[in-house]
Amino acid sequence: MPSSAPDIVLEVKDLKVHFPVMAGAVVRRQIGSVKAVDGVSFDVRRGETLGLVGESGCGKSTTGLAILKMIDITSGEVKFEGEDISAYDRSRMRPIRRRMQMVYQDPFGSLNPRMKVSEIVGEPLEVHGLAGDRATYDTRVASLLDMVGLLPDMADRYPHEFSGGQRQRIGIARALALDPALIICDEPVSALDVSIQAQVVNLFQELQERLGLTYIFIAHDLAVVRHISHRIAVMYLGRIVEIAPRGELYAKPLHPYTQALLAAIPIPDPEVEASRPQQIITGEVPSAMRPPPGCRFHTRCPQVMDVCKSADPPMRDMGGGRAVACHLYEP
Amino acid sequence: MGAPLLSVNNLSTEFRTERGIVKAVDDVSFDLAAGETLAIVGESGSGKSVTAMSILRLIPDPPGKISTGEVVFDGQNLLTLSDEQIRAIRGNRIAMIFQEPMSSLNPSLTVGLQIAEPINLHRKTPWAAAMDMAVELLGRVRMSDAKSRIKAYPHQFSGGMRQRAMIAMALACQPQLIIADEPTTALDVTVQAQILALLKEVTRAANSALILITHDLGVVARYADRVCVMYGGRIVEAGPAREIYARPRHPYTIGLMASVPRLDQEAGSRLVPIEGSPPNLANLPPGCAFAPRCRRAADLCRNHRPLLVQSAPDHLSACHFHAQLST
Repeated sequence: MPSSAPDIVLEVKDLKVHFPVMAGAVVRRQIGSVKAVDGVSFDVRRGETLGLVGESGCGKSTTGLAILKMIDITSGEVKFEGEDISAYDRSRMRPIRRRMQMVYQDPFGSLNPRMKVSEIVGEPLEVHGLAGDRATYDTRVASLLDMVGLLPDMADRYPHEFSGGQRQRIGIARALALDPALIICDEPVSALDVSIQAQVVNLFQELQERLGLTYIFIAHDLAVVRHISHRIAVMYLGRIVEIAPRGELYAKPLHPYTQALLAAIPIPDPEVEASRPQQIITGEVPSAMRPPPGCRFHTRCPQVMDVCKSADPPMRDMGGGRAVACHLYEP
Repeated sequence: MGAPLLSVNNLSTEFRTERGIVKAVDDVSFDLAAGETLAIVGESGSGKSVTAMSILRLIPDPPGKISTGEVVFDGQNLLTLSDEQIRAIRGNRIAMIFQEPMSSLNPSLTVGLQIAEPINLHRKTPWAAAMDMAVELLGRVRMSDAKSRIKAYPHQFSGGMRQRAMIAMALACQPQLIIADEPTTALDVTVQAQILALLKEVTRAANSALILITHDLGVVARYADRVCVMYGGRIVEAGPAREIYARPRHPYTIGLMASVPRLDQEAGSRLVPIEGSPPNLANLPPGCAFAPRCRRAADLCRNHRPLLVQSAPDHLSACHFHAQLST
């Protein structure tokens, strides 16, 4: 490493995405807003995987879409490779999109059934005017298919001829077509069978090593996220409540929500499960339209204090790359 | 040990499709004792859900058909009962909980009415008394404010609350057996844990047996006494959960366990996936269904289908090489 400063690919500062909630059939008026993402900050270093984990409505997918500017940002800053893209419009995003790609959850819904695999994988090249002549194009598509473990003769087939795992490989090949620096993976393995998940997780890791890719890996399954990520941000109702390197997050989770999330996930070993304390938190995630005052987790927190009901805990740096938003850790 | 509560013997269920007859469940046998929790684990197309549906004769015919076998429940073969007789058992002595509570609840009836209905139907309890019992049942599944909740409609409930209502409904007639088909797959992680713990607790309290259909090896480890692992419509391994996890004796089970990341393991190591894809039931190989994906497969495996045999005390395996797999 020539420089001591880490090479930051993406910087997100106080990102907010609020969706207006409208009512009235004739006179439309805004009656409130869903604060899907409400003040989220994090950095992603080159070559690392940052996991975003949380339950439905925590804002993890919205965060991913907002970074790619596929939905409007209400406020906050998104810097990609040093460039502030928060205010960019479609045309200014175009060259940026070459460097930032997305892999989706549903390998059945995200591929056009009427396009051949070669067209799906090569389309980004066409769109960005990089297709070149036929031979160059075909060679590029073949090498992309090879990179994700598909055979060259699969290029002329249609998506329905492939299994879920193979379709996800096609989606990954398409995302790789433009040589991106950052890939945002939104629940990329959760629709796959258990035995196929490991194949795709391994592929992500191999590609990262080979191509120096940076990932944001969004998922609800903490076991998978922890396996693939170097650092993990735990989200709850539009906020990051804790961020930590993967080892520390499991060994010593700080936020009561992280603790609850870890306790809720069973370990596939009956001996381990029999001796594990079963601390299951009660209640469900409240509505993002009316998040609880104070700490958003206080309605379900087993360690709730009076202060939690009124004061919103700020994110506190705990050293060693860890930060937590919880009143328990106030000095 | 007396006679088992449920004894499934050589059950086969077929579906007629455009591509020919598909054997979704092929010669499946297992026993279940009263109060026991049995997990049936498998991936999509393994036959785990069709097995559950076949027990209650919920297979749509046509295109489906239970072709052979018997399902002996408390001394009675359910497959030879009349439609009226089986209806008297469903929702009464055997209850079922499905993955999508929204599609198994009637959207136009109140939750209370739907919980009270089986009590009124099977027990001939008058409606007013049945509604009182519905309130009590909602309390038992820890629904806060049960008295007012019985007047609510399913759409007013969250996913977790709907699944609680489904469990209340299942418990209504004090069933001896509850079959839960992926009951928490559609729910959030923390709610999943709540619902499964609740299901385990209420079945234990009532000494009901539970069949838990799942793809999640963690859920099996936490809640099941016994396990059947299914692949390609067949049971490939069966035994007590602790035994199966400690000493798996089928390459598919061994492969599954190596391919799931564990929270308590060193992160960053590589997973060992099972290569290939789950089999196409319309086009199963002549030998072992797992042979095309198995690292150990020999000619014997490709040509001869292995039988489910005793590999260790109380441990069945359908692998020609089961004896060499013990470590």
